[in-house]
Amino acid sequence: MSSGTDSGTAARMPTYLGMPAFPDAARRAVGDTRLRRNLAHATSTIRRRRAEAVAELDDWAALREAGRQIKDHVLANLGHYLRLLEEKVTEAGGTVHWARDAAEANRIVTDLVRATGETEVVKVKSMATQEIGLNEALAEAGITAHETDLAELIVQLGDDRPSHILVPAIHRNRADIRDIFRRTMPDAPAGLSDSPAELAEAARRHLRAKFLSAKVAVSGVNFAVADTGTLVVLESEGNGRMCLTLPETLISVMGIEKIVPSWRDLEVFLQLLPRSSTAERMNPYTSAWTGITPGDGPSDFHLVLLDNGRTATLADEVGRQALRCIRCSACLNVCPVYARAGGHAYGSPYPGPIGAILSPQIRGIGSDVDSSLPYASSLCGACFEACPVAIDIPEVLVHLRARAVEKGRKHPLERAVMDVAGWTLRSPARLALAQRAASAGRHVVGRRGRIRRLPGPLSAWTDTRDAPAPPEESFRAWWNRTGGKGE
Amino acid sequence: MKVALFITCLNDTMFPGTGKAVVRLLNRLGHEVDFPQAQTCCGQMHFNTGYRRQALPLVRGFADAFAGYDAVVTPSASCGAMVRDWHPRLAADSGDRALAARVQALTPKVYELSEFLVDVLGVTDVGAYFPHRVTYHPTCHSMRMLHVGDRPLRLLRAVRGIDLVELPEAAECCGFGGTFALKNSEVSAAMCADKVTNVRRTGAEALCAADNSCLMHIGGALSRTRSGVRTVHLAEILASTEEDRT
Ligand code: SF4
Repeated sequence: MSSGTDSGTAARMPTYLGMPAFPDAARRAVGDTRLRRNLAHATSTIRRRRAEAVAELDDWAALREAGRQIKDHVLANLGHYLRLLEEKVTEAGGTVHWARDAAEANRIVTDLVRATGETEVVKVKSMATQEIGLNEALAEAGITAHETDLAELIVQLGDDRPSHILVPAIHRNRADIRDIFRRTMPDAPAGLSDSPAELAEAARRHLRAKFLSAKVAVSGVNFAVADTGTLVVLESEGNGRMCLTLPETLISVMGIEKIVPSWRDLEVFLQLLPRSSTAERMNPYTSAWTGITPGDGPSDFHLVLLDNGRTATLADEVGRQALRCIRCSACLNVCPVYARAGGHAYGSPYPGPIGAILSPQIRGIGSDVDSSLPYASSLCGACFEACPVAIDIPEVLVHLRARAVEKGRKHPLERAVMDVAGWTLRSPARLALAQRAASAGRHVVGRRGRIRRLPGPLSAWTDTRDAPAPPEESFRAWWNRTGGKGE
Repeated sequence: MKVALFITCLNDTMFPGTGKAVVRLLNRLGHEVDFPQAQTCCGQMHFNTGYRRQALPLVRGFADAFAGYDAVVTPSASCGAMVRDWHPRLAADSGDRALAARVQALTPKVYELSEFLVDVLGVTDVGAYFPHRVTYHPTCHSMRMLHVGDRPLRLLRAVRGIDLVELPEAAECCGFGGTFALKNSEVSAAMCADKVTNVRRTGAEALCAADNSCLMHIGGALSRTRSGVRTVHLAEILASTEEDRT
């Protein structure tokens, strides 16, 4: 198989357009027994390890607070820090590009690659380039992007979508991976087994050839240190180091919120991020570069600063905290909804709790999936507790729900029910009346105190759960009858 | 000390036994309890579903109903958290400064039952007797919003006759989440199924929690599956005594 086939693969990569609403997508995932098992196993393991890694530090709470404050400070002074970053990167020999949205960013990157005359690029795993659909845009221009992160490679070769920020192929097990490699990797050894070592070795050989021949690399950015113009990428496999150092041209795409003011601030995040994401004390490969250095690494460096809905998000006083996110994925790993619905149901490269608050903000709530995301949570609060930069995700979810209700003309039935309930609950007399009616009807609906079937939308409850029948008298009625003393 | 009971609309309507248990328990501990008739609902369902406009009158109603009490006790961690965490902000956002001030003064006096017993009354042994195998589910809002910590477990451990067994994966959400149970019923049911599995692994006869909303959810599945496990609110265990037994 030639690389031309790979480019075909990239072009066929499913996009997120027309994704069903979260509950519908989740229903399919809930019924997928293998997915459920893979996810439950993977998330519970990493959850336990994260808790241990965090418990090792007695100043975790202070670190978390520092992380929150640094990010908030940057967001409050974003214009200043962006200009400073641009100045420093330019001074160091890099070129800075500003992209208002996905289309603009894709055009900039495509033009830069075209200018080199190359038709292949190697990529370091990056959320920002997934967000803008860069691989698909490059494929349209006849440029093949090779993902070099192992899990990302599995997703790409499998013609699939990532389902986790850090472990994009979390929904795959090793038998799946072997099948994908055998099917799509031209240089996979004959008789490849599903042993992790063999699979890793096959990927290694496959990728090594790409690294050595690539002239252009595309990366994301974990942190940009404004006062020196240094960019930082964290990864675990060394593939990033290869991409960032071997090619002649390096193009990095970063969301405008990824800035930290100085190296002292970076230190905080180099502690918070590895422990929260991979449960490691220190990140394995941390690459940092400042512009270009003659004779050492790429000779041409471009930084694309991506807005794509971020300034709009920044304008929302409650919602803006989502921009503190450092993409550690701790919130995914502790989320009981994510563990059952899987990443694909969120309809974006950002799954789980962070996706539920980020996608509707950066994309708006125009589509079915985006308008349903703020409701994809039981508000249990596990994400907020785990988040290393203290994003109060439940608070933002409820805020986005309120915005959806204010704006939307959807769900007329729900609206009517909420209005009637609100009207009833505003008055103790009306509530008492409703309670008497409920008590009077108790024998009609329930047998032995249990209701097995409720009508209309309430049947969603009784499909799997009994409902209690109303009692003979409400507490209020009892109190009135006995003064709080009787039986 | 003037103590008021905030029963919550769900308990008032569906679980009066829990309210009676709180009254009986506090009376036994030597405290008179008042039930202000003007109370209705904390507004949590409206607020959490995005209907802020309908929640505000309920914030106002709560402040009116409970003005003048030294302590407001509620057998619901979730509603307690709604009042303590959100009423002040909703009142502040409303622009009504007088309301904001009243809410600000009132909400620190609102206690979930286990907080009231342990922190205000200073008791952990309430003289209860409950000779059953029980497992305890710490509800999300009791843990992560009110931060009640191990107060309910300390109270339960002091109950005579009880065989208290640890619930595996106790901190996992049961999947109730108010309207979440209807809007995302498949995921909610899947979460509930795992909770039920863990409850059954304990061999407990009763599942206890400090919130009837979660118990209604898990209990609905326990009953549907004929599991032979019942649900019981913390207040009802703490109110039980040897004399109650017939
Ligand atoms: S929201 Fe917080 S926990 Fe989730 S990925 Fe972002 S930083 Fe990590």
